[in-house]
Amino acid sequence: MLSKKLLCLSSAVAMTVATSALADTLTIATVNNGDMIRMQGLTDDFTKKTGHTVEWVTLEENVLRQRVTTDITTKGGAFDIMTIGMYETPIWGKNGWLVPLNDLSAEYNVGDILPAMSGGLSHDGTLFAAPFYGESSMIMYRTDLMKAAGLEMPDAPSWSFIAKAARAMTDRDKEINGVCLRGKAGWGEGGAFITAMSNSFGARWFDENWNAQFDTREWSDTLNFYVNMMNDSGPPGFSTNGFNENLSLFQQGKCGMWIDATVAASFVTNPKDSTVADKVGFALAPDNGMGVRSNWLWAWALAIPAGTQKEAAAKQFIEWATSTSYIELVASKEGWANVPPGARASLYENPNYKAVPFAQKTLDSILSADPNNSTVDPSPYVGIQFAAIPEFAGIATEVSQEFSAAYAGQQTVAEALAKAQALTNDAMEAAGYR
Amino acid sequence: MARKITNNRKIINTAAAWGIGLLIFFPILWTILTSFKTEATAIADPPVFLFFDWTMENYSVVQERSNYGRFLWNSIFIAGGSTILGIIVAIPAAWSMAFVPSKRTKDILLWMLSTKMLPAVGVLYPIYLLFIKFGLLDSVLGLTIVLMLINLPIIVWMLYTYFREIPGEILEASRMDGASLKSEILYVLTPMAVPGIASTLLLNFILAWNEAFWTLNLTAAKAAPLTAFIASYSSPEGLFYAKLSAASTMAIAPILVLGWFSQKQLVRGLTFGAVK
Repeated sequence: MLSKKLLCLSSAVAMTVATSALADTLTIATVNNGDMIRMQGLTDDFTKKTGHTVEWVTLEENVLRQRVTTDITTKGGAFDIMTIGMYETPIWGKNGWLVPLNDLSAEYNVGDILPAMSGGLSHDGTLFAAPFYGESSMIMYRTDLMKAAGLEMPDAPSWSFIAKAARAMTDRDKEINGVCLRGKAGWGEGGAFITAMSNSFGARWFDENWNAQFDTREWSDTLNFYVNMMNDSGPPGFSTNGFNENLSLFQQGKCGMWIDATVAASFVTNPKDSTVADKVGFALAPDNGMGVRSNWLWAWALAIPAGTQKEAAAKQFIEWATSTSYIELVASKEGWANVPPGARASLYENPNYKAVPFAQKTLDSILSADPNNSTVDPSPYVGIQFAAIPEFAGIATEVSQEFSAAYAGQQTVAEALAKAQALTNDAMEAAGYR
Repeated sequence: MARKITNNRKIINTAAAWGIGLLIFFPILWTILTSFKTEATAIADPPVFLFFDWTMENYSVVQERSNYGRFLWNSIFIAGGSTILGIIVAIPAAWSMAFVPSKRTKDILLWMLSTKMLPAVGVLYPIYLLFIKFGLLDSVLGLTIVLMLINLPIIVWMLYTYFREIPGEILEASRMDGASLKSEILYVLTPMAVPGIASTLLLNFILAWNEAFWTLNLTAAKAAPLTAFIASYSSPEGLFYAKLSAASTMAIAPILVLGWFSQKQLVRGLTFGAVK
């Protein structure tokens, strides 16, 4: 009897030791976005399934970018998984800083990832990061104000319609601004918006020999159109407005239209936070009749830095967090409107998700964005609202500062473009592109 | 003869002092108030000052999401450790500069201070590589050392200023009585400079507590202090101002309490030697 008890006890101890020997603690760096916070709350499910535990390092987007860049370039090994975007992934993958994700399980079904997402997160056909959620940009507009203005929003409007509708919807006495757009300096803020907009006006950052193109008529048309429309119909101080500022204005009923990230659709239709939740319609981002729309493409994705000692456990986590079963887990706890969007094709075939009002427009926006052919004239870079070269973030931040100064009336559009042209060419020359 | 200050003048001075004090305190007050609002009220335009439905929801969300205790403990250890370590190194340095100065003492002091003018990011990569090499990344010990080194010029400068006010003859007398160098510093100089040392301790504790660049860049999950705790609630894609305010209030509360209770020592130390 005693020997049986001893045997049972020793087996239990052996199993515990074996499990803890196999179990890892993963350190994951991520951003403080709604979908990421939700994932942190559901981590117990991953631990229950695999035995691995997770420690989260949540940082503001720009701090995170600086932090993970420092770590990966020095091979610091502080993180086992990093949350990175479409801009960093191909550059870091090319440099050999990320573990290729070419051996994910058959059950994971890599083929289900939307091609626009997998393409943007790959280098030379190898996937280096798995999309946690993807986004494009689209128009969110007030159906009641549009109706009151006697207009009807087309599914795929032009910029001239947007300008006309914005002026018609503007009512300064009631503090209603026809259109709210990003103007804040920063390559990922106002810089991203104006670059995507410029694509639809036929502009591009560089010609095929990496010469800056800010001295072209297309860029002048883009900026003048933006400034005139925003001066007529935008909110006061639009030059300092980013995503959050415009979200706040829209939720308080102070914007007729807002062109921004598709993920914002779930915020503006949430009656808990939005005063106009039941009066929001959606349309594709505008074009200018040149064959390119002004929507962007972005994904927050999970990648494994090369050199981590916990590669196998990290891959298990990525498979868990970016799988269809994770989407179902979120849907069962928080509803279908709150699942991470824009990453998997099967989500848009799901009848439950099809009932979400912004689902189809989100998918259409993502599918219409092509990072490999983002400009009317040929360009040497990949990316829509950015050029996927290491130097871009620094250059675009400076350029967007010049543009914001022009929006604020501190200089003319022509002056801002001349400065952007000079500083971009200087930086590209210093980097050896020209 | 001292100039007589009229009652009107006193009232104006008092009102001006309160006005400036309130102006400086207003951002902190606004942060505290916002922490008790809903996210929708936090962004309301026009802003709501006092009359809103007060809620503790943000605090419970922050408590649920983050291990506040660990961040707090790391902050206390890093700020306290770096300050004490700094004082231990700085007292002998300040003693030598104040009482046995050489021709180059002023130059050394200025050079030490000039290191504070260097943008921190300029030495990020060398420090990061050193941390990797010595296994100090994401460690409380590593951060304690770095913050001690960063604040050392200020500690030395402050102590040097206080020590200069102490008559050198007293130290000479102790030497005449046979005190060793160690005894001279420990039993004669230090007790006389207690107010100065206390205010130096307090000021550097506050500086180390609020330091964000190094604490964000050299930590991950284990050694992150309250500055990282605040940063984890900031988001450019989502309105979480009320939760961010709750996290900020929780992060500044301990240092506000410490500052309140030690304000006499702080003011005394900071104004020491200002009036002759």
